[in-house]
Amino acid sequence: MNFAADRADAVVSVLADGSRRAVHGYAGFVAAALAIAVAFAYADAFNLVRYRDALPTILVLLGDSLPPDFSRWQSWGRPLAETLAMSICGTVLAAAAAAPLGALAAQGSGFPVVSHAARLVLNTLRSIPDLVWGIMFVAAVGFGPLPGLLALACHSTGMLGKFYAEIIEHVDTAPGEALRSHGVSRLAVLRFSVLPQILPRVVDVTLYRWEHNVRAATVLGVIGAGGIGLQLITAFHLFAYREAMALILVLLGLVTLINVLGAWLRARFLA
Amino acid sequence: MPTAPCGRAGRSGGDDLPGNAPPAVVLDQITVCLGGQMVLRDVSLVITAGAITAVVGRSGVGKTTLIRTLNGLVRPCSGTAQVAGIGTLDGAEAWRAHRRRTATVFQDHALIGRLSAIDNVLLGLADQRHPLSLLPWPRALRQRAAMALDSVGLLARANAPVGKLSGGERQRVGLARALVRDPDLLLADEPFASVDPALVGQLSHDFRAAVRQCGLTVVIVLHQLDTALAIADRIVGLVDGRVAFNGTPCAFDSAARGRVFHNLRALSPLLKDMP
Repeated sequence: MNFAADRADAVVSVLADGSRRAVHGYAGFVAAALAIAVAFAYADAFNLVRYRDALPTILVLLGDSLPPDFSRWQSWGRPLAETLAMSICGTVLAAAAAAPLGALAAQGSGFPVVSHAARLVLNTLRSIPDLVWGIMFVAAVGFGPLPGLLALACHSTGMLGKFYAEIIEHVDTAPGEALRSHGVSRLAVLRFSVLPQILPRVVDVTLYRWEHNVRAATVLGVIGAGGIGLQLITAFHLFAYREAMALILVLLGLVTLINVLGAWLRARFLA
Repeated sequence: MPTAPCGRAGRSGGDDLPGNAPPAVVLDQITVCLGGQMVLRDVSLVITAGAITAVVGRSGVGKTTLIRTLNGLVRPCSGTAQVAGIGTLDGAEAWRAHRRRTATVFQDHALIGRLSAIDNVLLGLADQRHPLSLLPWPRALRQRAAMALDSVGLLARANAPVGKLSGGERQRVGLARALVRDPDLLLADEPFASVDPALVGQLSHDFRAAVRQCGLTVVIVLHQLDTALAIADRIVGLVDGRVAFNGTPCAFDSAARGRVFHNLRALSPLLKDMP
């Protein structure tokens, strides 16, 4: 009987524990909802007066920018190529720098001090926005696409290095152990076991970063880093909204093309 | 098994247990501690050259750790290991030489699913390439890998991704990756664990034939006792990290089994039917 009573107590205890967890879960949900509401209020998002003229203004702007004006299309080829070049070179440089940094930063890479140092470098690189990197490099190497690609490379190294490190941490260690049992070096384990396993995910995040960098390269044009962004901001400054709309459509076309190419490359590597 | 998986002649006498065969590995009072726990305690063992030694015992008694000690993935905290032709494994050079002559078949095979069968087998030869080389695998190594796959009857699936192979086929790829090294000592950790039970009999028969053909020294961890009795020349039973039995399959009588599998005996109807 004592045994049965003990089991009954144990069941009651398990159920009480479940109820306690449920209460904690609801309390957490309510706290998160409150924090989000405060954030919206702090950003003045609940001030409905601010929205009064929003829609008519947007419609007027849209009306002013239609139909799109493609009359200066011949002068867009070079800036467009600059933007594309910035995004490609920035991504390639970032991937090349992020690969060793990510490998060193991954937990379990074998050297905790080096791992922490690599993480610190990656955190620093990505905590500085690419616009700030851009301003620094415009001052350092002058105007044009070069400061743009250097800025993209720095910020993207921080992002890609973090992603690469996380991908490496989730790798199946069993094939690497098989290699180690054959006496191969740490570098060879990285090359023959880790690399083949991480390649699809690495290609995936790198392509995503390239797509992101095309858009980021456009924004960098605003601070003098060349490319189609400079054309866009100039059109806005001159109130040439129809030309600005045409440039936005061209950019949309470019990003869509890159997305299609990225999807094709992903399908090849992820198959 | 159409061809000899290794590049040398098999041992004469085919299936016979070597009578006075020399020891391939001698473990002397090996103790291994992992995470503050003693997993192997004073294990002294002679692994006979050319014989198949099956290590059996309950889960968690240190069978896998014994394999990992033999291939150097785990270093003992005390005791010595001696290997024929190398001597005591006490330095980097001795370990390098030992590992060059050793290959391991892992539980769950430890293969890379997205690589083809032949690319996985080539990983067994990774110590023969510079890790930073961008060149494709040399033709001679690719040929060896293809022959190893042929020896386990999988040449037709050489270019199929391992992720699309069945459990039995993956087990064969794991075996081919070990055999392609042309090892003297083959270690296997539950190689049939994730294989359909109906296939274990055939696979274990193939395994025995392949290693016999090459005259390899084999240490194999098995949880299927009937498989161990069918393929092994010697049985080593572990209990709580110690050697509780070390003898021929014939000597592994019910009393010995009782010592090795003490608590499980009442639970396992399979064990009750055994002599």
